[in-house]
Amino acid sequence: MDTLTAEMDQPRVGHDAIASARDEWLKVMAWRIGITVVGLGVWEGISGRWVKPFWISSPSAIWAQLFGWYESGDLWMHIEITMTETVLGFVFGAVSGVAFGLALGLNKRLAAVLDPFVIAFYSLPKIALAPLFILWFGVGLLSKVVMATFVVFFLVFYNTYAGTLAVEQELVDVLRLMGATRWQIVRKVILPSVLLWIFTGMKISVPYALIGAVVGEMMASNKGLGYLIQASAGQYDTAGVFAALFVLMIIATGLHELLKQSEKLMLRWKEEST
Amino acid sequence: MTPLIEYRGIARRFTTRRGTVTACEHVDLTVHEGEFLAIVGPSGCGKSTLLNMAAGLLQPSAGAVFYRGEKVAEPNTRVGYMTQRDTLLPWRSVEDNVAIALELRGESRAERLRKAHDWLHRVGLKGFESAYPGQLSGGMRRRVSMARTLAYEPETILMDEPFGALDAQLRLVMHDELLKLWAATKTTMVFVTHDLMEAVTLADRVAVFSPRPGRIRAIETVDLPRPRDVFRIRFDPRFGELHDRLWGYLEENVREGVRVG
Repeated sequence: MDTLTAEMDQPRVGHDAIASARDEWLKVMAWRIGITVVGLGVWEGISGRWVKPFWISSPSAIWAQLFGWYESGDLWMHIEITMTETVLGFVFGAVSGVAFGLALGLNKRLAAVLDPFVIAFYSLPKIALAPLFILWFGVGLLSKVVMATFVVFFLVFYNTYAGTLAVEQELVDVLRLMGATRWQIVRKVILPSVLLWIFTGMKISVPYALIGAVVGEMMASNKGLGYLIQASAGQYDTAGVFAALFVLMIIATGLHELLKQSEKLMLRWKEEST
Repeated sequence: MTPLIEYRGIARRFTTRRGTVTACEHVDLTVHEGEFLAIVGPSGCGKSTLLNMAAGLLQPSAGAVFYRGEKVAEPNTRVGYMTQRDTLLPWRSVEDNVAIALELRGESRAERLRKAHDWLHRVGLKGFESAYPGQLSGGMRRRVSMARTLAYEPETILMDEPFGALDAQLRLVMHDELLKLWAATKTTMVFVTHDLMEAVTLADRVAVFSPRPGRIRAIETVDLPRPRDVFRIRFDPRFGELHDRLWGYLEENVREGVRVG
C-alpha cells in the first residue's frame, strides 16, 4: 500500500506526526482520568457531610457492596443470568430481524400486505409487553429472553428493511445488464449494501436487549442485575442500587465495544475508504 | 453497414407533479455495427433517456427500439453501460470490481483476475488492484469503470457523459485511452455528451439534439482519419470546419435557451 499512498499525494505519516498523535492521546487520557478522580473524590467528600448517604451513597460504600457480592459469589451468578438473557435475546432477535427484513425487502407484495401490522407492532412500546410475557412464560429466564428478542427483533428488522429500500438502483441495473440472475444481484449487490444497515440496527439494539432483560427482571424474578436493583431499592440499600447500575454500565460498554470491533472487521472496505 | 440499434418514432414523456414533461419526441436514429456514434445536445434533451432505452431499462412512451431487429423489452444484456455516476461497488476491491461480469458468468477466479489485471494495466492502474474505490480519485474511478465495461467485451457500449466530471487535461488523456482501447476491440459505441469538441474528437458520426423536447437536428459524418491524435486533432482545419457547422445547429438552441430562460 506504500506506493498507493505516495501516488495519491497524501502526506506521508512521519515520526513527528506519530509522536504528536501519541501526545494528544496521552493528554486526552490524562483529562479522562482527572475527571474520574475528581468526580469520585467530590462524591465521596460530600456524601455524609452535606448529603445523606441514604440518597447518594458513596464510592467506598458501593465498592464495599460490590466486593461483598463478589465474595459471596452472588455477583457472577446475577451477571451470568442477565448476560444469558441479553445474549440469547440479541441473537434470536437479530437473526429473525434480518431474515424478516430481507424477506419483506425482497418481496414487494409481502411488504405491502404486512405494512400496517408491522407499523402497529413497531409503534407499540415494547416494554409494555413485559407483564404479558411474564404471564405466558413465567418468572424464569424464558420470559426475559422473549422480551429482549422482541425488542431487538424490531430494531434489526426495521433497519434491514430500510436498507433493502435504500439499495442504489443504478448498481442493480448495471449488474442486470451484465446478465446477473436475480439471486446473483441479491448476493453481490443487495446483501453487501444492506450489511451496513444491519450493523447499525444491531449496534443500536444491543443496549435495548439489555434493557429488555433488566426490565423483565425488575418486574418479576429472583435473579439477575435487574432483580438486584429492585431488591436493593426495596431494602433502601442505595449502595446496592448503585453497585448493580455500575455493573450494568460496564457490561453495556463492553458489548458496544465488541460490536464496534466486529463491524470494523466485516466492513473493512469502509474503514479503508476514507 | 448493418444496423445494430434502431430507434423508430421514439417519444418519451415523464409525469411529474407539475404535469407531463416530454423528454424527447420524433426520434429516428440508427446505430451501425462497429461505429462510434456521439449524441450531443444541451442537458435535459433526453440523451440519457435514449441510452436507457437501448439498455432496456426504460420503455419509450411511443415508438420502439430494436436491437439486431428485435424489440428491446427487457434489460439488454448485450450492451455494457457506463453511466455518468459511479456505479462501482464500494465494498469490492478494484480488481473484483473489474472482474465482476466475468464472475457472474462463472469464470474461475484465476482466469477473471488475470483478465482484470490485464485491463487495469491497460487503463494505467497497475498497482491499484487491491485498493477500494473509495481510496481512488475521481479520474481513477472512471478508469476502473472503463476497465470494468471493456473487460467482459460486450457487443455494444453505451457511455453517458463518462468524463463529464473530470478536468480538461484528464479528459484528453481519457479520450486518448478510450480511442486506443476501442480501436483494439472494435465495439459499437454510443457516446452521449454535451461537449461538441469531445464528440467530434471521438466519433465517426455526431447526432445533434435540440433542447427539450429533444429531437434530432442534424447528423454529420466525421471523416477525420484514424488513428486520431486527440491532443492535436482540434487544430486540424477539417476539425474546425466540422465543429463550426455542428456548432451552428447547437448555437440556435443555446440562443433560444438564453431568450427563454
